[in-house]
Amino acid sequence: MKITNDEIKHVARLARLYLSDEEEKRMEKDLGAILTFMDKLNNLDTAGVPQTAHAVETSNVLREDVAAPSFDREELLKNAPTVEDGCYSVPKVVE
Amino acid sequence: MNYETVIGLEVHSELATASKAFCSCENKFGGEPNTHCCPVCSGMPGVLPVLNKKVVEFCIKAGLATNCSITRYGKQDRKNYFYPDLPKAYQISQYDLPICHSGYIDIKMDGYTRRVRITRIHIEEDAGKLVHSEFGSSTLVDYNRCGVPLIEIVTEPDIRSSAEAYVFLETLRNILMYIEVSDCKMQEGSLRCDVNLSVRPEGSAEYGTRCEMKNVNSFSAAVRAMDYERVRQIELLSSGEEVSQETRRWDDEKGMSALMRTKEDAQDYRYFPDPDLCAIVIDDEWVESIRSTLPELPEQKKERYMGELSLSEYDAEFICAKKALAALFDDARAAGASAKAAANWIMSDISKILNDSETEPEDSPFGGKELAELISLIDKGTISGSIAKKVLKKMFDNPQKSPAQIVEESGMVQISDEGAIREIVLKVLNDNPKSVEDYKNGKKAAMGFLVGQTMRALRGQGNPQLINKLLSEELDK
Repeated sequence: MKITNDEIKHVARLARLYLSDEEEKRMEKDLGAILTFMDKLNNLDTAGVPQTAHAVETSNVLREDVAAPSFDREELLKNAPTVEDGCYSVPKVVE
Repeated sequence: MNYETVIGLEVHSELATASKAFCSCENKFGGEPNTHCCPVCSGMPGVLPVLNKKVVEFCIKAGLATNCSITRYGKQDRKNYFYPDLPKAYQISQYDLPICHSGYIDIKMDGYTRRVRITRIHIEEDAGKLVHSEFGSSTLVDYNRCGVPLIEIVTEPDIRSSAEAYVFLETLRNILMYIEVSDCKMQEGSLRCDVNLSVRPEGSAEYGTRCEMKNVNSFSAAVRAMDYERVRQIELLSSGEEVSQETRRWDDEKGMSALMRTKEDAQDYRYFPDPDLCAIVIDDEWVESIRSTLPELPEQKKERYMGELSLSEYDAEFICAKKALAALFDDARAAGASAKAAANWIMSDISKILNDSETEPEDSPFGGKELAELISLIDKGTISGSIAKKVLKKMFDNPQKSPAQIVEESGMVQISDEGAIREIVLKVLNDNPKSVEDYKNGKKAAMGFLVGQTMRALRGQGNPQLINKLLSEELDK
């Protein structure tokens, strides 16, 4: 067993996914297979190989600090579930 | 048992860039909700963030000013969590390769210096603002602040009291203002801090269990939160209980903190490198070019004031502790004022008026040029020192008027007309025969009374040296 049912539940909760028992079983199988596949990498000797954070070696893709007009608010808020006073309105959340 | 307090701080400072961290929306406080937004900072799928070069440079600058090492290779990571103030459901931050690390700031306490080590300074983006309707069932979200660049400065647990924490925060704020990477306006949230605090029996080498405190909105609130937490933890330990690792929310109005979350439900942020953003590679040339833009820092300025200008350590420290006061001092000197006179005015009357009116020095309505003019009016004998204090008050209320204008318009010019003063002196002597007699009988204190009477008759505008001289002349006749 590469991944336990508890781990599946935990990861699903973090991603706000609600899985049925059947879906959990399928995830266990699929993720298990993926993790087994990833294990192959452990056969490589990576001592002395620097950590790779990015597949592309390009660095310093930066823009100059110049402000430009923002997006039209009406246009932007078209994607909001509900709009109130020029704001996105969402179910009340207080941490 | 005596307990020692151990404090570490995490300070967030919004950077004073023109545009946001990953898009060209304006980085400006306030504004109508959601008017400084675009698809990038409001988290639309498929957009590509591009890092603002100035954000990296400001972070390096902050690192250099706090004795940090600058990394040669940095990356940006996603910190994942769901909350409506974060439309992407992750914050772009830096996990294991921050721009700056291993620095320190020395803070001056009464009688000792404490070195507070800086663990790291990294760049990240700010989140949006939530407004919870009090009665309704909705939360309103304004993303204007979303994507505003921040640096987070993390200290080692080197601070030993709330007083030290306060001085550290003031010192750090002053440095950030000197190097002009942030306006550090607490009331606008451009400087915020989280506090980590634990206590341990005095002499113990191990740290106690710490609690983190959030929602500390001012330095004085931070002190209150720390004092409260220290007592809370000591009470727990004294009664045989344990401190549990948790995050607490400070409520400054109630003067107490409440549990926010325990270690068990600590967030699992699942950091991973942001595939949208490439590595940040920093070479010596870049670091040195930023170093060359560093202004004179508070410590260096203080040393110079003490050496070149012979100010006392106390005076030099006082003036350098606020960037705006040092600027006032420098500008007054550039406009011709002597260091001693400028320092005296700043240390006494100006600071008093600023304190009384709860005005930050940077919001002072007049500058060094005006202060120099005021001082030169005294030097030239146009006004006396006591009149100058009145002129100064008016300078605060009428910023559009120069000191000379104020003096002229309110008729506060010092009376230095010998004939006019002698006339008053003779009248005062005539009206106070008893004092004159006392004086002649050797009671020199009577002189003070006569000076006061003369000054009063001149409505405070007489030249004090001249009054003294003429009174002596007449009395000794």
